[in-house]
Amino acid sequence: MSEITAEQVAHLAHLARIDLSPLEITDLTHDLGQIVDSIAKVSEVATADTPATSHPMPLTNVFRDDVVVPSLTVEQALSGAPDRAGDKFRVPAILDEE
Amino acid sequence: MTYLTKLSAAALSELLISKEVSAVEATRAHLDHIAAVDTDLHAFLHVAGDAALSTAAQIDARRAAGEELNPLAGVPIAIKDVLATQDMPTTAGSKILEGWVPPYDATVVARLRAAGLVPLGKTNMDEFAMGSSTEHSAYGITRNPWDRDRIPGGSGGGSAAAVASFQAPLALGSDTGGSIRQPAAVTGSVGVKPTYGGVSRYGAIALASSLDQVGPVSRTVYDAALLHDVIGGHDPLDSTSLTERWPSMAAAARAGLQDGALKGVRVGVIKELSGDGFQAGVTQRFNETLALLVAAGAEITEVSAPNFEYAVAAYYLILPAEASSNLARFDSVRFGIRVNPESGSLTSEHVMSATREAGFGAEVKRRIILGTYALSAGYYDAYYGSAQKVRTLIQRDFAAAFNQVDVLVSPSAPTTAFKFGEKLADPMAMYINDVTTIPANLAGVPGMSIPIGLAPEDGLPVGLQIMAPAKADARLYTVGAAIEQLLEANWGHTMLSQAPALTPTEMFASEEGAV
Repeated sequence: MSEITAEQVAHLAHLARIDLSPLEITDLTHDLGQIVDSIAKVSEVATADTPATSHPMPLTNVFRDDVVVPSLTVEQALSGAPDRAGDKFRVPAILDEE
Repeated sequence: MTYLTKLSAAALSELLISKEVSAVEATRAHLDHIAAVDTDLHAFLHVAGDAALSTAAQIDARRAAGEELNPLAGVPIAIKDVLATQDMPTTAGSKILEGWVPPYDATVVARLRAAGLVPLGKTNMDEFAMGSSTEHSAYGITRNPWDRDRIPGGSGGGSAAAVASFQAPLALGSDTGGSIRQPAAVTGSVGVKPTYGGVSRYGAIALASSLDQVGPVSRTVYDAALLHDVIGGHDPLDSTSLTERWPSMAAAARAGLQDGALKGVRVGVIKELSGDGFQAGVTQRFNETLALLVAAGAEITEVSAPNFEYAVAAYYLILPAEASSNLARFDSVRFGIRVNPESGSLTSEHVMSATREAGFGAEVKRRIILGTYALSAGYYDAYYGSAQKVRTLIQRDFAAAFNQVDVLVSPSAPTTAFKFGEKLADPMAMYINDVTTIPANLAGVPGMSIPIGLAPEDGLPVGLQIMAPAKADARLYTVGAAIEQLLEANWGHTMLSQAPALTPTEMFASEEGAV
């Protein structure tokens, strides 16, 4: 078993911005331990001289001319927002008062 | 008009072109069938009946006016809910996007509309395409038309079940690790994952950007080719879209129907994707198909791909890593639901965390946490870095194999459709199920699944996976159409004509917004 702890899962959940219940943390700690044990085998064949591949097709940067093209209207862009204030997305406070 | 739902897209297209049948009649026949069977099967999350009939009426008017239309104009199609549609909700099977209607169409959807196909609705899927059974949809399961107690595959179980149960002749799917090919295999239908970059990903809700690919779902190889020709080709809105000029996939499929199409074709059987762990009936049908290929003049060679053994492990590092980053966009600001925390201050961070707790299902949380772990300092090199190296090794295995053979084959999935709940408690058991399909995504090569018979022990469909070198998608259609023709000649019928008849349910799904 790899040594994934409940504290570690709680920390990861915080990094990923997902509140987890204590039960979810227990379950995930178990699942993750099992999954990580199974996938750790990648290191068996990943030798230092093997180059990494991040993308299936070799690609270079794709550019286009810097010209205005049709895009979403303000109404369209805001159409799915859970909250808005005029022509802007309304968000909760960014900074905590504490 | 029931017979209209039994036709292939190509056959329906002929009747539409000759004006023996109108697009409205064809669309109505499919909507009636959906109303009769889908309350039980639940392939669709949303059915847009009125919009479909109005689109069909426009096609009929244009055809009556003598306009030159795409051969598929007037043919109904189902769309996987991972694809943005500006007139239908798009949820990717997740509560976090419940009710979201995108302000734009995915490029593939725009191309369908431009070609005059008639969108019927949106199909069910595992949440954000994370799964192999469609049991991880936030909106309930989809049943397999062959056995309603079994999974239709995943993540695109809805699209596969829709075509297999004659609710649509065509559907769109997306394939990140097998989500088109494995559902095709377990429902007796056809599914194609094109070469990475061959079909635009613009407007496809991203799961793992270096693996995702949109592709056709159908009942025949030729139908898939016709659809591939509509959706494929360069899209400037997708920076990973390939700029090549592609040959006609439909012409390639027709070439496969010529006499001697398989003569001299070098077929490689992947040693590592057979034997232990494969259901007896799957292996039996696979071997029988190889014998048919030999009789048709193909040359069968066994090839080894030693690093495929590490593909599932590499995939379940790369996918969660990319997904954890892609799904960060669900922050309760620009789209989707917003949920306030029960306690504590109402800051953006707390609201985002509460929203994601309420909006994401267990599998999505599992993979985001796993991806966050794989990318964290101290583990990055050992996990994500190593997985990227395995990706190189798998590409080399493919390159070596394609030096010896024209196409590679394997069973599309290790087993036939399993029962609901069978693998839900054990994530690794579910993940291992993708062992056959994952290598193609890691290498970017195209793959196709076609039905090759029923496993004797359970009477359920078995699929053959065919893979070709990157950009040689046309070869899949030639070889796939040839094998399909051989098998059907041998059986004396199509695969799906053997599926059990579905009993119409008494309760009719509402025309709009049936979830």
